[in-house]
Amino acid sequence: MLQLLPSGKVNPLSSPAEATPRQDQMREQLLSDVTACLGDALVESHINVGNDLCVRIATDAWATSAAALKASLGFDYFCFLSAIDWMPSPFGKGEEDPTAEREERSTEIKQGLAGGETRMQVFARLVNHRTHVGITMKTDVPDATPEVPSWVSVFAGANWHERETHEMFGISFAGHPDLRNMYLPTDFEGHPLRKDFPLLSRMVKPWPGIVDVEPLPGGGDEDEAEGSAQ
Amino acid sequence: MTMIGDRQQLAYIASQAADARVNVELETEGMTLNIGPQHPATHGTLRIIARLDGEQVLWAEPSCGYMHRGYEKLTEVRTFPQVTALVNRIDWLGSFANEVPFILAAEQLMEIEAPPRAQHIRTILFELSRIANVSLFLGDLGVQLGAITPVFFAFRDREYVLNLIEGATGGRFHPNFDRIGGLKDDLPAGWVDETRAVMKKMRKFCDEIENLLFGNEIFESRTRGIGVIPRDVALQYGMSGANLRASGVDWDLRRDQSLPMAWDKVDWKVWTHNDGDSYARCWVRLQETRESTYIVERLLDTLPSGPVMTKVPRIIKVPEGEAWISTENPLGEMGYYVVSKGDLGPFRVKIRSASFNNISIVPWLLKGVYVPDIITILASLYFILGDIDR
Repeated sequence: MLQLLPSGKVNPLSSPAEATPRQDQMREQLLSDVTACLGDALVESHINVGNDLCVRIATDAWATSAAALKASLGFDYFCFLSAIDWMPSPFGKGEEDPTAEREERSTEIKQGLAGGETRMQVFARLVNHRTHVGITMKTDVPDATPEVPSWVSVFAGANWHERETHEMFGISFAGHPDLRNMYLPTDFEGHPLRKDFPLLSRMVKPWPGIVDVEPLPGGGDEDEAEGSAQ
Repeated sequence: MTMIGDRQQLAYIASQAADARVNVELETEGMTLNIGPQHPATHGTLRIIARLDGEQVLWAEPSCGYMHRGYEKLTEVRTFPQVTALVNRIDWLGSFANEVPFILAAEQLMEIEAPPRAQHIRTILFELSRIANVSLFLGDLGVQLGAITPVFFAFRDREYVLNLIEGATGGRFHPNFDRIGGLKDDLPAGWVDETRAVMKKMRKFCDEIENLLFGNEIFESRTRGIGVIPRDVALQYGMSGANLRASGVDWDLRRDQSLPMAWDKVDWKVWTHNDGDSYARCWVRLQETRESTYIVERLLDTLPSGPVMTKVPRIIKVPEGEAWISTENPLGEMGYYVVSKGDLGPFRVKIRSASFNNISIVPWLLKGVYVPDIITILASLYFILGDIDR
């Protein structure tokens, strides 16, 4: 299932005007190469015009897809690997009074580009160092057993990134040689970057600056604020 | 033979016997050497545990986390404009350069672009951060090898650059000057002329360092052929910046991607070296610092006039979407993967910092080297602790 961006949308950031369609074509060409290379392992894709190509890989084929892209399409530069917890934070942004009545918050899980079916996704980025084109890869992490195949045998540099993801999200990587904690004490409980892990300092004291626009002394600021708002 | 002579002889025999015992012990047992967390060579608090056989490292592993501040979690409870105050503390020596990719990612999601003058000034300040950052590396390099003089030169001349950054932004180390849609302020009067003068001084500083260190016999013998990283290993560990270019990969994000910055407006050169050893990494950084002074001068020549801020709402809400922007920071590739849900603050920010990848190669690289080389290799990789731990 390919989900391409409507071609009418032009990214204003790709500054040379004539470069945008070329870059588009380049990423569409790249996507067809990636599709041919990965076959069924590619679940969904999305082109961020002029910026990035995002593909979602089947969980079982996570490591083999990376190896295939490295071997046949020259994606040999390992940029990073991490995860996203798509669950909305049950604590909000900690800006409200902790003693006040809790507002009802949305608990709907909505994944980002290239879709998804699970609460957590592992994502990583590879770059072809000759053409300087990168690709963002995502994969679903099964909710029941949060485990995906490890990339260490493909990219040795994934070792530390997977250790970090393991301690921060509680996702394990099958085939990783040594999933020790990088930052936290060994007996630390919880996974800090999961959305349901509270940021304790915010629980104790609300953040005073969630809206950092304060009226200037002397007043008369309101009109200007109205005027410059789009 | 006198009494004293006898005593001397006995003492000599005893010391020889003690040495022999020590040698035997070392050969049979090996030894674990702990370097840090407080060590002058670690630019902060990095701890390295090395298992030695005599003078040779069998196994080494850095232990991180002494400076983990949880910025990825903290960004989730901040608004977009507030995040720059956090991220310029990641690599504290080149702090302005940390703000730029985050702001560019936010601007990309909002589909706005800074005015040309703001792009120019951003690029100039970015390169000034690089000069301030890497000049300290060039001075520090000598100290790791026992040469004291370069570090005094570095601290003396870096101050001129920090004064420039302070003059323009108000902060020596943490400018917090980049805004979504442009910059906080325009340049102060007289700043351009002063910058030109300082760039000449910094080129003189580069020449001084080159004369003091490069070509020095001790420096050459301690760095040539030490800590060699082949290009395919460098790539699969995600090394970036001067470390990657010293392994012969001709790749500079300033040149090789199109960003709304001003690097493509002027002429400059990407320096590479094919050796991949400690010497190559130092040499590439020296050339880059000199090249940066030229970039700044040429950008000052072509500085456009106009506003430094585009029209943005006073309360900034960033539309739903995902953006990845990375730039060539003083330490290497620094990128932000920003996920927005249309709120005041980001939903998730993955901070890809250069030093984390650059240091992850250490267990591979230190295998088999000799103890004194540990420090020179670490110094030549050049990392900032805040950039590893985030």
